[in-house]
Amino acid sequence: MNLNARIPAGPLEKKWDRHRFEMKLVNPANKRKYNVIVVGTGLGGGAAAATLGELGYNVQCFCFQDSPRRAHSIAAQGGINAAKNYQNDGDSIYRLFYDTVKGGDFRAREANVYRLAQISVNIIDQCVAQGVPFAREYGGLLANRSFGGAQVSRTFYARGQTGQQLLLGAYQALERQIGAGTVRMFPRTEMLDLVVVDGRARGIVVRDLVTGDVRSHVADAVVLGTGGYGNVFYLSTNAKGSNATAIWRAYKRGAAFANPCFTQIHPTCIPVSGEYQSKLTLMSESLRNDGRVWVPKSVGDKRAPNSIPEGERDYYLERKYPSFGNLAPRDIASRGAKEVCDEGRGVGESGLGVYLDFADSIRRVGESVIRERYGNLFEMYQRITDENPYEVPMRIYPAVHYTMGGLWVDYNLMSTVPGLHVIGEANFSDHGANRLGASALMQGLADGYFVLPNTIGDYLASSKPEKIDVSHAAFRDAEAEVVDRARRFVDLRGKRTVDSFHRELGKIMWDKCGMARNAAGLKMALEQIPRLREEFWRDVNVPGSDRQLNQALEKAGRVADFLELAELMCIDALHREESCGGHFREESQTPDGEALRNDERFTYVAAWEYAGATNAPLLQREPLVFENVKLSQRSYK
Amino acid sequence: MHLRLRVWRQASATATGKLVEYDAPNISPDMSFLEMLDVVNERLMEKGDDPIAFDHDCREGICGSCSLMINGAAHGPMKATATCQLHMRSFRDGETIDVEPWRAKAFPVIRDLVVDRSALDRIIQAGGFISAATGGAQDANAILVPKTAADAAMDAAACIGCGACVAACPNASASLFTASKISHLGHLPQGQPERRRRVLSMVNQMELEEFGGCTLYGECQEACPKEISIDTISRMNGDFIRAGLTDWR
Repeated sequence: MNLNARIPAGPLEKKWDRHRFEMKLVNPANKRKYNVIVVGTGLGGGAAAATLGELGYNVQCFCFQDSPRRAHSIAAQGGINAAKNYQNDGDSIYRLFYDTVKGGDFRAREANVYRLAQISVNIIDQCVAQGVPFAREYGGLLANRSFGGAQVSRTFYARGQTGQQLLLGAYQALERQIGAGTVRMFPRTEMLDLVVVDGRARGIVVRDLVTGDVRSHVADAVVLGTGGYGNVFYLSTNAKGSNATAIWRAYKRGAAFANPCFTQIHPTCIPVSGEYQSKLTLMSESLRNDGRVWVPKSVGDKRAPNSIPEGERDYYLERKYPSFGNLAPRDIASRGAKEVCDEGRGVGESGLGVYLDFADSIRRVGESVIRERYGNLFEMYQRITDENPYEVPMRIYPAVHYTMGGLWVDYNLMSTVPGLHVIGEANFSDHGANRLGASALMQGLADGYFVLPNTIGDYLASSKPEKIDVSHAAFRDAEAEVVDRARRFVDLRGKRTVDSFHRELGKIMWDKCGMARNAAGLKMALEQIPRLREEFWRDVNVPGSDRQLNQALEKAGRVADFLELAELMCIDALHREESCGGHFREESQTPDGEALRNDERFTYVAAWEYAGATNAPLLQREPLVFENVKLSQRSYK
Repeated sequence: MHLRLRVWRQASATATGKLVEYDAPNISPDMSFLEMLDVVNERLMEKGDDPIAFDHDCREGICGSCSLMINGAAHGPMKATATCQLHMRSFRDGETIDVEPWRAKAFPVIRDLVVDRSALDRIIQAGGFISAATGGAQDANAILVPKTAADAAMDAAACIGCGACVAACPNASASLFTASKISHLGHLPQGQPERRRRVLSMVNQMELEEFGGCTLYGECQEACPKEISIDTISRMNGDFIRAGLTDWR
């Protein structure tokens, strides 16, 4: 396998310009002769499909939702970063680049991140031109805020619905192209396999989720913008439908999977309230500015929070991190909560929660000030939990939020399968081992609007794809496999529902490959997961037929893939014997319990290559070279 | 809680549907409405029955997938709340709850509670955008947008495209949906060049899709989970009349 990242030569700030000049172009009159498939319609896929359509390519675009407007990018709240320096507070492209590389704990590629920072400014221009209603100052200029501990105000936002507004911008651009006939849209259609012919990605096999029809679509290049795989944990802040099937099928067809164990766990979510819980809801991180995090000192203390005296409370973040206190970084805060709950000191019915207490702040500044700052969040919390956070402390718990790992791509966002491009959260490229707040939206749109539409032309112009159609044996075989798999599910008639397997898998992953990992736990997970998978294929219950709308069947396919991906995540987590970003190996910590990187051994991207169902995946290493940034250890004490 | 459900079951678009009764014991008041349906479905599947099909995705009230008529109200009894954010504590123990799909000629049922809302996408396709191809944009701060205009645009842009307004309207009109996009873009300076063309094409498409006309019942704004105001419809009507009186091409 060839892991050539194809990073252009020359100084960092000139690489993208130079590369754009060196890439081959497709003649405008020839663009309509090329077919491009885009799977997924979030910020990456939606923006890419619209832009490729505008350029004149013949685009086929797919999503499993009933409309391209519903992709999970829509749920992003906080904002989008851009190095505009509109606030004159010392921001620059270099600073955004540096913050992102450092925030990723030095496990991302310098060249990609620098390009991301450069393009960030174009994104804001583009979105404003489309009519995205960003927040404004009274004079009409754009407003900014600081976010996620950044020292500059570079975050643009549209109330708490930034993701929604950016996605609607991309969706509207996409609908314009659908109306113009450059993009053909296939909603309620799920990609179930990638078709590779003569070593190149030449199309996909899909299932029409309404009729159950299995069909093939041929193209000269395939783009996956299908999001992350956080739902492997069952409970996450992802949408219920978010899944890894597209990237997992591509992996099994030869695309390397990079850093699968890098997942981000967000510290402030509303905790699980019962076995029936279906997903987790994020509460803005800003709450930690005024809330104090605590649990009872003694195990099993079930008294109401307000009747636990001050002396019997453990403000563990303030105790362990006196200088950062409740504002300790995401990974630290998340791990702290897990630790105290593991000790049996968690609060709430499930014991998986910690208090976020505003009583002191309310005493200090008054309820009206707190209401002004967080009113909408308190209201949302009350709606879900039926508790009034002005009177009783909130209960919060960390939740899986984002996956930094994904399919390996080179500088052109092309995977190890020529012609297969991967954008947004589905690839691994920009966030290293930890993503900063307000950077996911930036990356999705950078890839979709500006990077991919440029780089895909170079691929198309330099490869001369031969004419094939769906009668090609590779398509027929892949279709037959997809049909067989669906039949196998509905014929099984086992005893356990898909969700019960998914929940069990999620629990294994959360316990063994979640906020803190160790060799013994990972090894145990690597025994449990194959056993569960075997039971799944023996005893899963998928009612109904494959020839109709069948939501249980859709879920079964996705969970089957999660059951395989989970194993790869554990293999990757086990092999990376260091702590970095969201990956905390208990064996690799400083004497005072902080994450300890091992740059000598692990300054590389771990790209895993599929080697067949019965063989262990092969590890390929892409060394990370830092020519501009000096590696340093993060410290919070 | 112990509930009784009467749920619309319909095997396919062409099949005849009917309300089917289900017993739903041991429901926690802390469940969301969709989690209650999950539990009912798990029990159905354990008995080997087909689960109830319903659309859902983000479960935090922003994607607009969920779409249920609950006791005759779009998204159920809570104001400004999508079905996924509705909790069972809003119901009484022992209550019988009717659960039906959106009902509108333009929203044909696909299966059970799942309907086809692609007509809304086609209304956007007709003109619900600003024609700004990627790449040609000027510096973002070169366009000044008064805060009041940006706020008004954002109020209208909050629409999640769920279709509750259509389901709630006695005429099954998509006026609130269409007007919210026309208002969002019409409040902004960037939206002016296409303003007249936009309103004429979108309203025309709305009629082609066989949505009803607006007679100002106001049920739409009552049902809207994002509290979009019926004032947007006045704006749309004003724009429509002005556009019709001038040569917009």
